[in-house]
Amino acid sequence: MSTQLSTPTDRQSAEALARSKGEPQWLVDLRGEAAELAGTLEWPKPEKIRIDRWNLTAVGNYEQGQAAASVGELPSVVTELVAEGTESLIVQQNSTIAWKQVSAELAAKGVIFTDLETACKEHADLVQPYLFKAIDKGDNKLTALHAALWNGGVFVYVPRNVEVELPLQAILYNNKSEAAFAPHILIVAESNSKVTYVDYVVSEPGTTTEPFVHHSVVEVFVKSGAHVRFGSIHHMADNGVDLTLRRSIIENDGRMEWVIGDLNDGNTLSDTTSHLKGNGSNSDAKVITIGQNDQKMSLTTQAVHFGRSSESDMVTRAVMKDSATAIINGITKIEKGATKANGVQTEKVLMLSPKARGDANPILLIDEDDVKAGHAASVGQVNPEQVYYLMSRGITKQDAERLIIYGFLAPVVSEIPIDAVREQLQRLLERKLEG
Amino acid sequence: MATQFVIDGLKAAIEGKEILKGINLEIKGGEIHAIMGPNGTGKSTLASALMGHPKYEVTEGTAVLNGEDLLEMAVDERARAGLFLAMQYPSEIPGVTNSDFLRSAINARREEGSEISLIKFIRQMEGKMKELEMNPEFAHRYLNEGFSGGEKKRNEILQMTLLDPKIVVLDEIDSGLDIDALKIVSNGVNAMRSEDRGFLIITHYQRLLNYITPDFVHVMMQGRIVKSGGPELAQRLENEGYDWVKEELGIVDETVGQA
Repeated sequence: MSTQLSTPTDRQSAEALARSKGEPQWLVDLRGEAAELAGTLEWPKPEKIRIDRWNLTAVGNYEQGQAAASVGELPSVVTELVAEGTESLIVQQNSTIAWKQVSAELAAKGVIFTDLETACKEHADLVQPYLFKAIDKGDNKLTALHAALWNGGVFVYVPRNVEVELPLQAILYNNKSEAAFAPHILIVAESNSKVTYVDYVVSEPGTTTEPFVHHSVVEVFVKSGAHVRFGSIHHMADNGVDLTLRRSIIENDGRMEWVIGDLNDGNTLSDTTSHLKGNGSNSDAKVITIGQNDQKMSLTTQAVHFGRSSESDMVTRAVMKDSATAIINGITKIEKGATKANGVQTEKVLMLSPKARGDANPILLIDEDDVKAGHAASVGQVNPEQVYYLMSRGITKQDAERLIIYGFLAPVVSEIPIDAVREQLQRLLERKLEG
Repeated sequence: MATQFVIDGLKAAIEGKEILKGINLEIKGGEIHAIMGPNGTGKSTLASALMGHPKYEVTEGTAVLNGEDLLEMAVDERARAGLFLAMQYPSEIPGVTNSDFLRSAINARREEGSEISLIKFIRQMEGKMKELEMNPEFAHRYLNEGFSGGEKKRNEILQMTLLDPKIVVLDEIDSGLDIDALKIVSNGVNAMRSEDRGFLIITHYQRLLNYITPDFVHVMMQGRIVKSGGPELAQRLENEGYDWVKEELGIVDETVGQA
């Protein structure tokens, strides 16, 4: 098969790896099937970006890392994200566990917060019904490849009626280009539960010297009346390619909130989709990005309405520098029968360079009459009236523009629920905007 | 040094069309000057040209504040030199909180390393907001975003009181204000009257001048100051309108630069 050449795995090697890690038979089978599918399927084809021209095969090889004896032993790229007294934390190096802890109180309530590989062995009854059920492994070459090769990852399970007060935090970093970096995140929030999960996906500076691919799938199941907040900052090195697909399935009166910072230095494919399955279900997605140098990005937010009176809101804000490209797609789809649904979306692009490209593509696909839907998209430069106003108060032009750009990104920054992560995000934005 | 502000022969154009045709005006510390006139006579252009709005091009003249020509400076330098313009249509800046903005503006006037402490700043801001009967939550709202017309005007006055300027230009500060807000804004201005601060109030209604008594009143038409007097001039304009001025000066169309 000619496509086989571009597929860095096959059934035999995927199954062998799974067995060597002691994975249960159902997972070995899943990986084998997926590896075979990967050989026949095509890469996803996002609008106006040829990702097949990217180096997509540098997925690396599985490398078992060393667990740390304490958080303090971990590199500073990790420790600066962890506040004193953090109780529930997972740290992974090249998708293998470096540290994990979960508060005793949560464990006593039946909350599970562990790496997904362990969960597949110890909680198969809770994992198997959900794994690759929000995203089908057979969707395309990326989903199949990921199903065959994912490792590490995170599993969050919150039982009925349990509200997790403090955010669960994960830090996933890579420090070697040749090592596989392919976390799968699975979150199951049972009826009327509530949880906040925040991760930071990052390359340790100066360590990834060769091209690499980070591929990741996030699946979130929001059961009836449950509320999940999901925050994620991605900041990988410029020789990395980030391929991340996120899906949530939201049941009756459930609520999903996405807060995403796509802040890689390299090429990025990011797709964040909510399926509003239940009546009265609700989804809110906020995404920010900064494009710099010659990086290329395809950023999609999507809300698919099935339930009656379901509501979605999507906001993407992009600051484009240098000769970077971002294609930003907002897709609101309302299926027949989703009466009284309401979907709104806004994409805004701030252009800081004449050589940069930022396309905002709002797309409404509506198959039901009795609905509301709205969209707004804009591509523009820093507004000279706003600069004038700030300068008229004595603020220098440079500071005025800085305030306006930070203000543009504030809707997402202010939503990050962990102080240490939000402060780190601020520093990251400063570096990206002023670097 | 007592504040002295001298506008001499100021001409300005927008998109190549001359609007200001030679403005001469001297304002000393402690004085309040009012510029009145119908719409379209160049009043707001004067305010914008003094501040340095990018759309207005100054073609001739000077505006010297305590020995320095503001027109030679960038907008932010004019502000730091002591000019303050309360704008008719303040910009909305999403994502930037009012308090972050105010602190940046105060610190822009200070040397690096001697920035105002957060505690001191908050105390000052909250005190002034109370005087202006502003809801404390406005400190944390995004700058002017979703503010009503009256709230924006109060916010302009708040900035004025915190920035302690030498020359204050109020451009139609009374438009969009109900009577209570008008009184609060006027009290804010009156409390700022001092020997080392001059005011230039631009308005086309006399009602603001019931609360802020000017020392000098000027009438602007066709991009020039065509008549000057004391507070009694404002009173007469309120009672009789502008027609008598036009008649006296032989002006048929008082506007300037209109298509």
